[in-house]
Amino acid sequence: MKLSFTLNGVLVRADADPDERAVDLLRDLGALDVKEGCGTGECGACSVLVDGVHKLSCLLLAAQLAGRELTTAAGLGTVAAPHPIQRAFAEHGAVQCGFCTPGMTIAAAALLARNPEPSRLDARRAISGNLCRCTGYVKIVDAVCAAASELSEAPGGETPGAEDQA
Amino acid sequence: MHLRSSPPPRADALAKATGAERYVLDFAPAECLSAGAYRPGAALNIAHGRVLGVDASAALAVPGVLRVLTAADVPGTNLQGIVHKDQPVLCGEVIRHAGDPVALVLAESAESLRRGLAALRADIEPLPGVFDPEAALKKDAPLVHPQHKGGNLLLGARIEKGDARAALKNAPVVVRGEFSTPMQEHAFLETQCGFARLLPDGVLDMTVSTQAPFRDRFEIGHALALNPFKIRIRAPYLGGGFGGKDGATVQCLLALAALNAAGRPVRMSWEREESILAGYKRHAVHLRYTLGAERDGTLLALSCRLTYDTGAYAHLGCEVMELGMEHAAGPYRVPHTHIEGRCVYTNNPIAGAFRGFGVAQVSPAFEGLMDALAAKLCLDPLELRRKNALLPGDENCSGVTLTSSVHLAECLDELAAHPLWTTRQAWRAAAPRFTRRGVGLAAVFNGMGYGRGLADMAIAKLELTEAGEFLVYNSVADMGQGNAAAFALLAAQELNQSLAENPGAVRLLQPDTERCHPSGSSSAGRTTYTFGNALLKACAAMREKLLARAAMALFVDETQALELAPGAVLHPASGRSLPLTALARFLKRDDRVCVGEFLMPVAQDPPDTGRAFQIGFPHLFFSYGAHLARIEVDELTGRVRVCDFLAATDGGRVLDRSCFDQQAQGGAAQGIGYALLEEFKTRGGLIQTADLSTCLIPTALDLPDIQSLAVDGHEPTGPRGLKGVGEVGLNGPAPALASALEDATGERLRDFPLTPERVLAALNKRRPPSRRRA
Ligand code: FES
Ligand code: FES
Repeated sequence: MKLSFTLNGVLVRADADPDERAVDLLRDLGALDVKEGCGTGECGACSVLVDGVHKLSCLLLAAQLAGRELTTAAGLGTVAAPHPIQRAFAEHGAVQCGFCTPGMTIAAAALLARNPEPSRLDARRAISGNLCRCTGYVKIVDAVCAAASELSEAPGGETPGAEDQA
Repeated sequence: MHLRSSPPPRADALAKATGAERYVLDFAPAECLSAGAYRPGAALNIAHGRVLGVDASAALAVPGVLRVLTAADVPGTNLQGIVHKDQPVLCGEVIRHAGDPVALVLAESAESLRRGLAALRADIEPLPGVFDPEAALKKDAPLVHPQHKGGNLLLGARIEKGDARAALKNAPVVVRGEFSTPMQEHAFLETQCGFARLLPDGVLDMTVSTQAPFRDRFEIGHALALNPFKIRIRAPYLGGGFGGKDGATVQCLLALAALNAAGRPVRMSWEREESILAGYKRHAVHLRYTLGAERDGTLLALSCRLTYDTGAYAHLGCEVMELGMEHAAGPYRVPHTHIEGRCVYTNNPIAGAFRGFGVAQVSPAFEGLMDALAAKLCLDPLELRRKNALLPGDENCSGVTLTSSVHLAECLDELAAHPLWTTRQAWRAAAPRFTRRGVGLAAVFNGMGYGRGLADMAIAKLELTEAGEFLVYNSVADMGQGNAAAFALLAAQELNQSLAENPGAVRLLQPDTERCHPSGSSSAGRTTYTFGNALLKACAAMREKLLARAAMALFVDETQALELAPGAVLHPASGRSLPLTALARFLKRDDRVCVGEFLMPVAQDPPDTGRAFQIGFPHLFFSYGAHLARIEVDELTGRVRVCDFLAATDGGRVLDRSCFDQQAQGGAAQGIGYALLEEFKTRGGLIQTADLSTCLIPTALDLPDIQSLAVDGHEPTGPRGLKGVGEVGLNGPAPALASALEDATGERLRDFPLTPERVLAALNKRRPPSRRRA
């Protein structure tokens, strides 16, 4: 079946099998920042924003992306122009193997869009569906909180892709 | 050396934070075939069985299925294993655990592979199995490897120092205890995976999520009768390893698939369930301990017996047990030791390397008895540990004299002075209704490197590229611990380059057996120590060379008058300089390369205390740690909440504080999971916790803000004084939490994990306080 949607701001057209999973389609389209850690909705590595809402792309069918606006980690920012959340992850040591990181930053972006001043517990709750086996989460929570204060201090600071639906 | 107030982040951090970093499967070409193993045991509920046949007809009829290979198609020995080669690539006669593969399917796509695997049928006749090491050692027990001389006893070994029996008989105080520690799943987020292609020139080109690319070539070569030097392995950044990607996972299967793919690329990626079913686990261990001391708490003697369940195959079972035995008496002075170890085959899942390598299992036992001793003698548990803590120059429990750096006492002093410890009475007393609070601690250590009997060696290559940048040929895979970034930092410091101003000044090439030099595995807390030392030598040679070459171009007759500066060689006296870009063009490629090597020192005149060890005994270098836990126990549910956790670590000098804390926090987090909630369950060898919804690991809500304190020691042989810090953090939480739980409830739990059910049962015992800690 043919479908089209916006991937990180770019309109894409794709041909997908009816039972194809969104995570596979996205990776086939080159969105290799979307990781798969379990395929059953347990780990959060495949997190994406669909119209600004945090979703697990391993549990979505490709067909469900039709007409939507999709943001993956690469859509938040890049090495050259990182999103404040991504910069905070790097600066606060929140990244070890990095396999959970794209999903973590997506969960963080979704949180900050609906709660710009999260407490540490808020941050922990927001990422509790995203497993990380390396860090023990401390520095991830540090990073999320640091990004929150940076974003709320800078007027006009916003979370691309995650601002529409809080 | 350039210092900044806030150091730049790890070299790999931003690429990973933005999702730009590429892992193994991200490099796989789109046209890859898919290969997958058929592991029928789990579905048939058979953990031990005779393979009567594999019916591939239906699978071969599935569109897109190209080949179904069985043991008959495996060239070579069909045996893999790092040290002990006892694990078939494909099982032809017998499956020895529920995850054993009997066939390999090669298909056009992931979808056709899935259908092909589902259509395969195997005829397997159940055999009686053994699932408990004690039962496995009984006379008439079914044999897992009938040809193995020792029956189901893979290895029985001993460490004997002094006369423990006599010393225990005469000891004024004796405490005893039996403990059991569970299997643990690595649960790295990236499952085992790789892709491979047989090139026209006969080279097998592989990219694998592996901790030991150089050694893998030999393991594959042995199993499949291939020339190891015609196998090329690349190891990009791993999505976690923790020991579980040390030794063949996908390697041999994938190589076999590639040999049968007519030159097309093939990928293999284990699904999470397959990763849990077939991946290596931490060994479950049963421990029986007796500890004797003077009335003042001075330790006299230890006798213990450790029984490691290695599951269906040896993997690194003997070596894991060896390290556990070497640590069995804790980081203390114990003059007399009798340590017995038995590593036993069963039909359980395969156990192997896991961060804390055998030591995480013994820590709850020796620390449990230290608490028991403190209670019996009415001594402060921290004081008791401080009194017996190993000091430089002491002899450890294997008889090795510690000529390396030892800062355990300082770790304990950090805890003693910390508010979480000094305020513990008041904090305990303020427990909310229906909860109890407890504070516990543990002192731990962990050996570094391979130990005696094999060369713990690294060879580092460094190039000044044509672009005037330095390129480090990293030979030791980075599974997330940040060794690659540490190498970039070490090189930048040694070469006086500033990563803050120019992150490209030092670049990294990840392990590639074709381009890098062999340097051992990413394991054993050796990675940064051994390769780092080799790299420093390469850097020193490079600096000397560049100054000498620049002297020619700058018309200077003394190299001492020159300085290596960021991006250039300077002649401060005249103010002239030669940019590295120009210098690079001036030199031939083979002159722009320096190679340094390092061999980890070993214990000289090793004591004659160990019996039956093949390799790895004893170790000379150790990292130390002291952990403190404050917990709250829910009286109604038995749930334990970790309120505070503090890890004070001696990992030698701290090169990068953030990376140091990452290791301390990450290790402690896995240790807390191991202690409290990771209950890996099997029944009759069949895994009950088959996916991540039942095989739990801690989420962000299960852990506190783990605090890390660094005791800034200095290991004279280490690169810039550092020691390995990756392993020790895992060893403290289980004993510290059991100690805190005893403080809260009056009951010592000796079987791990400390699940709510076990805690509730303990609470319901309500023993009188006088019998609290015996
Ligand atoms: S891959 Fe989607 S939740 Fe794990
Ligand atoms: S950084 Fe490795 S899983 Fe999170």
